[in-house]
Amino acid sequence: MKSLEIANKIFSSRLFLGTGKFASNELMQDAVLASGSQMVTVALKRVNVKNDHDDLLRHLDASHINLLPNTSGVRNAKEAVFAAQLAREALQTNWLKLEIHPDPRYLMPDPIETLKAAEELIKLGFIVLPYIHADPVLCKKLEDVGAQAVMPLGSAIGSNQGLQTKSMLEIIIEQSNVPVIVDAGIGAPSHAAEAMEMGADAVLVNTAIAVCANPAKMALAFKLAVEAGRIAFETKLGVIRKEAAPSSPLTSFLSK
Amino acid sequence: MNFKDTFEQYDWESVKARIYSMTSQDVEYALSKKNNHTLFDFMALMSPAAEAYLEQMAQLSHKLTQKRFGNTIQMYVPLYVSNECQNICTYCGFSYHNKIERITLTDEQILEEVKAVKALGYDHVLLVSGEAAKTVGVEYFKNVIKLIRPYFSQISLEVQPLEQEEYEVLADEGLYSVLVYQETYNKEKYKQYHVKGRKTNFDYRLETPDKLGDAGIHKIGLGVLLGLEDWRVDSFFCALHLDYLRKKYWQTKFSFSFPRLRPAVGVQETNYFISDREMVQLICAYRIFDENVELSLSTRESAEFRDQLIKLGITSISAGSKTNPGGYAIARGSLEQFEISDERSPAEVADMIHGNGYEVVWKDWDKVM
Repeated sequence: MKSLEIANKIFSSRLFLGTGKFASNELMQDAVLASGSQMVTVALKRVNVKNDHDDLLRHLDASHINLLPNTSGVRNAKEAVFAAQLAREALQTNWLKLEIHPDPRYLMPDPIETLKAAEELIKLGFIVLPYIHADPVLCKKLEDVGAQAVMPLGSAIGSNQGLQTKSMLEIIIEQSNVPVIVDAGIGAPSHAAEAMEMGADAVLVNTAIAVCANPAKMALAFKLAVEAGRIAFETKLGVIRKEAAPSSPLTSFLSK
Repeated sequence: MNFKDTFEQYDWESVKARIYSMTSQDVEYALSKKNNHTLFDFMALMSPAAEAYLEQMAQLSHKLTQKRFGNTIQMYVPLYVSNECQNICTYCGFSYHNKIERITLTDEQILEEVKAVKALGYDHVLLVSGEAAKTVGVEYFKNVIKLIRPYFSQISLEVQPLEQEEYEVLADEGLYSVLVYQETYNKEKYKQYHVKGRKTNFDYRLETPDKLGDAGIHKIGLGVLLGLEDWRVDSFFCALHLDYLRKKYWQTKFSFSFPRLRPAVGVQETNYFISDREMVQLICAYRIFDENVELSLSTRESAEFRDQLIKLGITSISAGSKTNPGGYAIARGSLEQFEISDERSPAEVADMIHGNGYEVVWKDWDKVM
């Protein structure tokens, strides 16, 4: 399996994890370790940046784990830029998962504010990974302003509905010059494998692992599914046919 | 256009008749739906016909809550800053006619109180007061929010209704959410409970959540005082209010609370008792109706009951609460608004939450946002 490169950083794991919704920080830590993930998102609003011993951060303190702070909770570009600067200061990283969802019900990302904030943050030196709709044009525009990856949604956050946006994701993957990380809605290892088989560069999973009977086991299942899907993609899957290939082709006489 | 226009399309008696005519078929239909539960479904789920489906409702409510909120429970603490009040309300300990000592905390006293609640581990605070516009008006709240903002990630307010411009001023200071309970949506009976003072104005209160939405307050808290009137009818109107607000103010979050009338000094007995079983039904019905709404339960409820309810749809609770101004540090014996029932410390409640397989969330916002 080829490694993934984002902004000159190399990742051997193509599974990113979210850290919300776990029943305890211990279970979250077990799941992160079992997943083999090297990139985990942390909501700025949930960590106590003034406290050096924040319990959540303490459980993510491992050399192979990179923290990706997110701006969950902000409603517009202005708030996002402000929150990003605080996250950079507090967590000592210029990586940022930019998420602006003004709609608290379905947490749908705001494309207009996201593009605006991305442009500004990139100028401020951030490595921006924006969470967005599976909108191919928006992805190209974000790439144009310097986003280092794009994170289109498979379906609504936490919905476990899988790749409802599949045909748009295919266009995005086909056109993108930056890594495509399918984020949100991935509810089963099979969904993750499907995204990877399509050629997604990575997937981000949270709810499906956090809210289940055994998060560490489920994290392992996702790890294997992501690897299987990626290897299948790199090996090139066979063409899907509607009918069996005829055993007596009508044109075989031509080669006689 | 505000909620009053929607509200006036319904009348209490016909809503009541509809709720009580719901059948098991209506309940089964509501339970069979995956999402998009309507007000009609909500009526079915809190009707007497749904009582036989309580376990199914609880299972569904548990699942939906987990999906949206994960295995977490948020903690907040009320901070009473004043018990001065110009209103006479038949159910409230702060009522004007109660001859008790009135206190409004000064800056120094508030900081003492803040120190005490910070020591308990809190990062989300709910400011509460009676209604005395001259002494405890918008200028007072503005000052308090400015004063305590450095100590809390999230500040909420439960005081008299204010004007949109006043909410905007407070939002600029860092106010996150505002709770305004209608108490009862029965306009006729409302007058009997709210006898004197500005709170007698039913419509003014009814229109306040619209002002909060227009002012861009992040979260609006709704609720009725369970025990005043028929809880099923009142809860329908509360859900109607939510339904209206969530469509119009699509960027706003919402929360519900379930205050059951508790004994307080000089307070009448309740008219419509709601049993534990019915309370569970109501909470599950709200969760099924709206997967995203925050459901909150205070220390009015007993420890045993609260321990069970965190699995059934509740997402936010308080602990170690004092309902009297100065109760945490400076005036432990002053008059409380109501007696609390769950008297465990925040640490004890946090242990209980962990024991139930949930993570305690003390911080879920940041003052810079």
